[in-house]
Amino acid sequence: MNKTMPPEYYRQLEEIQAIDFVLVELTLYLDTHPKDKEAIEQYNHYARQSKKMKKEFEKQFGPLLQYQSYSGYPWTWDNTPWPWQV
Amino acid sequence: MYSLVKYYHPYISPFDPCPPMKVKSYRTPPNLYVGFQPPSLPQFSPKEALFHGTLWPIFYSPYPGSKKEEMKRE
Amino acid sequence: MWLYEKKLQYPVRVSQCNPRLAKFLIEQYGGADGELAAALRYLNQRYSIPDKVIGLLTDIGTEEFAHLEMIATMVYKLTKDATPEQLKEAGLAPHYANHDKALFYHNAAGNPWTAEYIQAKGDPIADLYEDIAAEEKARATYQWIINLSDDPDLNDGLKFLREREIVHSQRFREAVEILKEEQGKKTFF
Repeated sequence: MNKTMPPEYYRQLEEIQAIDFVLVELTLYLDTHPKDKEAIEQYNHYARQSKKMKKEFEKQFGPLLQYQSYSGYPWTWDNTPWPWQV
Repeated sequence: MYSLVKYYHPYISPFDPCPPMKVKSYRTPPNLYVGFQPPSLPQFSPKEALFHGTLWPIFYSPYPGSKKEEMKRE
Repeated sequence: MWLYEKKLQYPVRVSQCNPRLAKFLIEQYGGADGELAAALRYLNQRYSIPDKVIGLLTDIGTEEFAHLEMIATMVYKLTKDATPEQLKEAGLAPHYANHDKALFYHNAAGNPWTAEYIQAKGDPIADLYEDIAAEEKARATYQWIINLSDDPDLNDGLKFLREREIVHSQRFREAVEILKEEQGKKTFF
């Protein structure tokens, strides 16, 4: 809990934040452009990429997604710092 | 192309207590001009998108403006 | 339901211990045009709006909670290790007397958040125009806070949030066009 996060944590987190941001933007766009096939393909592409990156991240730095990520022993959800702390 | 900053010259009275700001400005962000977003607009890369706050350069509105834009105000 | 993801939407950084900036920032936490008001406004309007725009209100409302967490992070970092003396100098003594370092949903002038900040008229056009106005007002608030702040790292995060208001306003404008049901009948650009 009191361990300082290594530079690698910040690097990988930022990559995930970038891909997830594209997903946010495409989601809002598709909410008003539901028939844009190209944007849907792009959305699915980045959704896959995001999943892959998070799997890698979680192996090293613990769970990201409530109720969805797997836990190590002991319970890993609250033994890494919270987003506002890092 | 449209500008994202507009300028106006407020009335100046000899009885205004503060030194007058001769030119004042306000923002007119890109959403006022784009209309319904057309498909397939140019995009930023994911990293660039994150740091610009939008995926599409057409919606990017720097604040405060670029140096050039700020100088125009003088 | 909602799922919490253990990350911020944007990498928030703060370079100086400057509780004075926290005093201004709290406007976007518990103010009339702040992120809490935005999230609750949109998520509440969802129940009485045509199906075509429910998705948009849900997704923008959800993003507003991510922004609320960014503002909270900024306030937390700006005040975390400040002494009572520093808080006093920053004009935060009244806050400290009541809340210590706790965040609270009030605006920069200390008025507690109220549901009167958000409208729900039940008329889709009236509600979407309210939402467009809310986004423009939030954009303006970010501009005034950036003008008051001299912390470049903090401003980086604030500029991100300001830009999001522009994109949200764009989408709400498109939602109005969708409800006009004139799409494909004429060009909008």
